[in-house]
Amino acid sequence: MLSEMSEMPNAVAAYPRMVRPVSGRVVAGVAQGAAAQLRLDPVVLRLAFVLLTVVDGLGLVAYAALWMFTPKEEVKGHEPAREWGQLAAYGVLWLTLGAFAWLTGASSGGFGTWPIAVGGIGALILWQQADPGRRQRWMSGAVKQVSTTWVRTGIGALLVVVGAIGFLAASGELAKARTGLVFTAVVVGGMLMIAAPWLASLVKELQRERTERIRQEERAEVAAHVHDSVLHTLTLIQRNAHDAREVARLARSQERELRNWLYQPKQDADATLAAAVRRVAAEEEDAHGVQIEVVCVGDCELSENLAALLHAARQAMVNACKYSGASVVSVYAEVEPDEVTVFVRDRGKGFVLDDVPDDRMGIRQSIIGRMERNGGSARVRTEPGDGTEVMLTMKRDT
Amino acid sequence: MKTVRVLIVDDHRLFRSGVRAELGPSIQVIGEAEDVESAVSAIAELEPDVVLLDVHMPGGGGQEVLRRVLGSGSQVRFLALSVSDAAEDVIGVIRGGARGYVTKTISGAELTDAIVRVSDGDAVFSPRLAGFVLDAFASTEAPPIDPELDSLTQREREVLRLIARGYAYKEIAKELFISVKTVETHVSSVLRKLQLSNRHELSRWATARRLV
Repeated sequence: MLSEMSEMPNAVAAYPRMVRPVSGRVVAGVAQGAAAQLRLDPVVLRLAFVLLTVVDGLGLVAYAALWMFTPKEEVKGHEPAREWGQLAAYGVLWLTLGAFAWLTGASSGGFGTWPIAVGGIGALILWQQADPGRRQRWMSGAVKQVSTTWVRTGIGALLVVVGAIGFLAASGELAKARTGLVFTAVVVGGMLMIAAPWLASLVKELQRERTERIRQEERAEVAAHVHDSVLHTLTLIQRNAHDAREVARLARSQERELRNWLYQPKQDADATLAAAVRRVAAEEEDAHGVQIEVVCVGDCELSENLAALLHAARQAMVNACKYSGASVVSVYAEVEPDEVTVFVRDRGKGFVLDDVPDDRMGIRQSIIGRMERNGGSARVRTEPGDGTEVMLTMKRDT
Repeated sequence: MKTVRVLIVDDHRLFRSGVRAELGPSIQVIGEAEDVESAVSAIAELEPDVVLLDVHMPGGGGQEVLRRVLGSGSQVRFLALSVSDAAEDVIGVIRGGARGYVTKTISGAELTDAIVRVSDGDAVFSPRLAGFVLDAFASTEAPPIDPELDSLTQREREVLRLIARGYAYKEIAKELFISVKTVETHVSSVLRKLQLSNRHELSRWATARRLV
């Protein structure tokens, strides 16, 4: 799963972006590259650039912009030469058209052409930068929008046509440049009208992609968790295959961790008694390699005397793990309205309570003494061969 | 001693063979099934005494098997066996009709014991299930609708508490100065309440314990 995920960005990047081919170029390969992207004959684009250059030099600007923003195709070895013959032909064509336009005055578009030029070139660059999949979505989205909202599109198109006619009419007279601007505004308005639903769908698309990304991030988080915990433990288990005890400990600790992650409500490890009992049991289980089964009924906030109860319970678990010889220790914690009880039980070898020397801190001080100092009580029930049960009771201070 | 005929239903082949190897001589495994469909047809065909039922399986899980088999009036007894500790899973299969719930960490000897117990018509509670039941019946804010079904008696509570503390039935009997048979009666009675109580708190409680 991990390798699959890491390959995904590469797969996207592997899609062909527009490049300027070196072989067969006339000037810098812009027209050829664009033609390859649009699946057109490069001649069509070359002619378009020449024609647009005649109108206020628009083609020249567009060409320059694409030249700058498009990476050159990488070639190994010697670069092939330009097609000088073709360049000469297009140059002659441009000169002829330019002279004709200058003579008839058709080329003087005035200031009105510049917003269109800037917008157009911007759109071109956006188009050229986008990956093909997204371009296809844009196109299909636009087509769908056009077919579903044809009234709006029709009105918009009408405005564009009216504006264009007005623009052409106005551009003939330089003195009335203001009228030209007005009509340019009409054109822009019309284009906006056509583009509005398409823009809206773009925004929607953007949101969709955002939710998709969040989902992927969640997936990545799960993958990371599995990697950090489960896979890591499996590696450790393989490495320790000869040590049965260590393998059991690793497996058990991983199982507990995964279980907590899956089933336990996310809670602060030390905020409540049940969570704290589970945490303490987990720590001692790890430390001693003895399975500790925890069952909790009810729950409450931790307080100072309950923390003391917790310490005593931990000591009881340590004793059971270390001295009883049992493979399983049962811990049961119950929170009742007025008191909290914790039982720590093993089916190990047990002992005679009176035989425990006075200087042994475990039972007398850490368990019984601590409970009594904090207003609780501890009872130890044990018999040789019959296991041990420590019962800890603490009043709740409410 | 009679042998108990058992069908193992689990979607993990490795686990099925592991259980087969661990069970004692008093158990005879007569078949295996790996999903809901094959389980339902195998139960109808083989008529086992006890079905060891995994909770999570493709095709609706253990609860779907319970619904279809017990819904058709079969008297087969089910013991649920799962890795899940989630309260909703545990309470779910018990209310679906299973006569016990044990986790897959159980030892072979204990599992053998539990199967024999279920085949005798008794209930099998793991410490965790006992804890869940105590928790579920303790969280009573609304007064019970049916007092007989909706609350536990003092004795039942004591028995459950001892199960949660890790006591075996024999040890409980000794502790409470009653017979093992009486302990079994109490546990079966709790099981009945768990299955029949229509207290909506029970399912709501289990849902509330889902992961947040």
